[in-house]
Amino acid sequence: MSKQQLMTGNEAVARGVYEAGVRFAAAYPGTPSTEILENIATHKEISAQWSPNEKVALEAAYGASLGGARSFASMKHVGLNVAADPFFTIAYTGGNAGLVVVTADEPGQHSSQNEQDNRNYARHAKVPMLEPSDSAECKAMTKFAFEMSEKYETPVLIRLTTRVCHSKSLVELEPRQEREIVPYVKNASKYVCVPANARIRRAEVEKRLDLLKKYSSNCEWNYIEDNGKDVGVIASGMAFNYAKEVFGNDVNYLKIGFSFPLPSELTEKFLEGLKKVYVIEENDEFIEDAVKALGFKDICYGKFTPDGKRFFPAFGELTSDVVRKVVTGKEATPPAYDRSKVIGRPPALCAGCPHRGFFYELGKRKDFVVSGDIGCYTLGFASPYNAMDFNCCMGASISGANGMQKVLNMVEGNKRRVVGVLGDSTFFHSGMTSLLDVVYNKGNCITVILDNRITGMTGHQQNPGTGFTAQGEPTEMVDIEGIVKALGIKNIRVIDPNDLKLVRETFDWAASLDEPSVIITRYPCVLKKMSVYDKNEWPDVYSTKCEVNADKCIGCKACLKSGCPAISIKDKKAVIDKTMCVGCTVCKQICPKSAIN
Amino acid sequence: MTKNILLVGVGGQGTILASKILTLGLQKANYDVKMSEIHGMSQRGGSVTSHIRYSEDKVYSPVIELGQADIIVAFEKMEALRYLDYLRKGGKVFVNDFEIPGIPITSGQVEYPEGILDELRRFADTTVIEAEKEAEKIGSPKVMNMILLGTIIGSMELTHIDWDAILTENVKPQFIELNKAAIRRGIELAK
Repeated sequence: MSKQQLMTGNEAVARGVYEAGVRFAAAYPGTPSTEILENIATHKEISAQWSPNEKVALEAAYGASLGGARSFASMKHVGLNVAADPFFTIAYTGGNAGLVVVTADEPGQHSSQNEQDNRNYARHAKVPMLEPSDSAECKAMTKFAFEMSEKYETPVLIRLTTRVCHSKSLVELEPRQEREIVPYVKNASKYVCVPANARIRRAEVEKRLDLLKKYSSNCEWNYIEDNGKDVGVIASGMAFNYAKEVFGNDVNYLKIGFSFPLPSELTEKFLEGLKKVYVIEENDEFIEDAVKALGFKDICYGKFTPDGKRFFPAFGELTSDVVRKVVTGKEATPPAYDRSKVIGRPPALCAGCPHRGFFYELGKRKDFVVSGDIGCYTLGFASPYNAMDFNCCMGASISGANGMQKVLNMVEGNKRRVVGVLGDSTFFHSGMTSLLDVVYNKGNCITVILDNRITGMTGHQQNPGTGFTAQGEPTEMVDIEGIVKALGIKNIRVIDPNDLKLVRETFDWAASLDEPSVIITRYPCVLKKMSVYDKNEWPDVYSTKCEVNADKCIGCKACLKSGCPAISIKDKKAVIDKTMCVGCTVCKQICPKSAIN
Repeated sequence: MTKNILLVGVGGQGTILASKILTLGLQKANYDVKMSEIHGMSQRGGSVTSHIRYSEDKVYSPVIELGQADIIVAFEKMEALRYLDYLRKGGKVFVNDFEIPGIPITSGQVEYPEGILDELRRFADTTVIEAEKEAEKIGSPKVMNMILLGTIIGSMELTHIDWDAILTENVKPQFIELNKAAIRRGIELAK
């Protein structure tokens, strides 16, 4: 019996993985991809894991595929940068059983440090790619990808975007097809990528691409919808939906779901006789370039007009409004209401966040340059802390701090210290190698690991430090202090970040050393569902409340410098919202009049 | 004809559960349904929107275009104004008379703006709902979201759908009756 269910794209990919008989899946959390592995992990038939980073996840999935099980890895767009190294070489070998990789791109950068079109990775690594438009396609294409992976002996890339990942639509549920483990047979000439072997595989990749090119024009995911018009639209992914909203049945469509290699023959057939074609795609001119290369530049309107002028926007999310405005010039007239009445809601550290006290004190150190990283704590850059100078990618806090400190040390009389700040999960992801660089190359920057006992930003995923796996099983709880010691750091302090005096003293201690030091702040995320270990270590955590004694409060607003969303000023006195306060006492320690209990 | 419903609020207000119940009901009534949610970078306290589109025919985009929402239901009043550009001509606004100040307000940089409801009334067919008060009458401030869901059901003429059954399947047993009562109250308030 078939059953329909409303699912997000992420849930649908996970369902496709389940139905395809996958036995192994690995990922590192990252918006907008996180829920894919979270949903896969609910199935006992699949060994699902959070890996320390995306490179490890893909390599583990590759090994699992060689072992003979259908295998899967998912990541956000920047995660594929981390996993690019294995991705390019796995492209040469393919797996033993099917191997599928998801990249979740972020047009519009809802929650990312950059915007990149990872379709370019498919072309760059010569790996076939699919682009679903809705949840039904997410599920169906995932299953199809495994078939294609096995038939053509190649990994397959599925490119999602935030709107595909996080939008819900109807999906038909089907049963799981169990698959036997494919026996592993040693084949060193294929799987050992020394130059002599890899050169042969390189030629095989070209042969495979030729076959895939032909297949792309005959594959069910690339099709023409002929409405008998002389204007056409070529679109892929979510952009196809936007095109449908704008053009309805007034144009012919070439819907591209299998977008690398592009269906050249089908595209030529589609374009013949058209007076004009719109190529509608998010981010780069990936399909457009191919259309132009086929000799149809004079009728092609994509990111550029035929005479090279900007047409569709180069970046950001498309949406049907954007497409409509570009094509028809029409846009909704916004009501002329008083826009000054709308105040922004910038993201803020939660009430009780254990990063708050740390950043409050860090922001006061004018002799520190702060090298940040990727996580909730990136918000330390914002007012009222202003406690971050730069950041770029996972793990870069420490390596960047190391490089900068070395150069600042070359300046005579330098007193500035560079502090690399990153979270526990980020340290496991790629901070460990950076810290090794500091030790090995005799750096003396200061490193702070904000250990909140969970992967916070992406919504509380387990990591090597929490003591549990993605599927909730107890496992080895990796000790950060032990790793830091093993890497060769001699100066280590583990502190409670809610003790402001201790934070200040620890900064003084670290700044006084000529050697590198590591400060570990250890306190669980306020939103974390406390584990047995947490309850043991912090039995009364977040169980109290702070209160303002209005008689003592002089309305100096010093407590507001904590940036706590639970504190506000009413009638010239500080007020603490009882429903939000969890009693971290940071404001109490800041108050110069001891007016907070 | 595709209908467009926009739910807006602040993280933690229960917009996501309300839109989940709504889409399940629409699915049960055999509509094609698409829904899109965007939540900001932080866990709490950010602006949250749910776009819901449904039709007897196929719905393509999950995102409502500016000037196309049939109804905006705002769980927080400043949020109603923030997303007013989405309302179509002749569309309706149901706004919860409820304030959640963001960081720029609590930190004393600016005041919570006055006259938001009047500003809404100037530009849209606005119904003010005192959802907190109504929820307390029913027995729990937590059902504010279901009262506001009820206003959508009433206003969009979706009362023929068996909402009680959907609540029974998706809400913890001890809260089912409370939620049913809240939806019923919302439907009345939308009249």
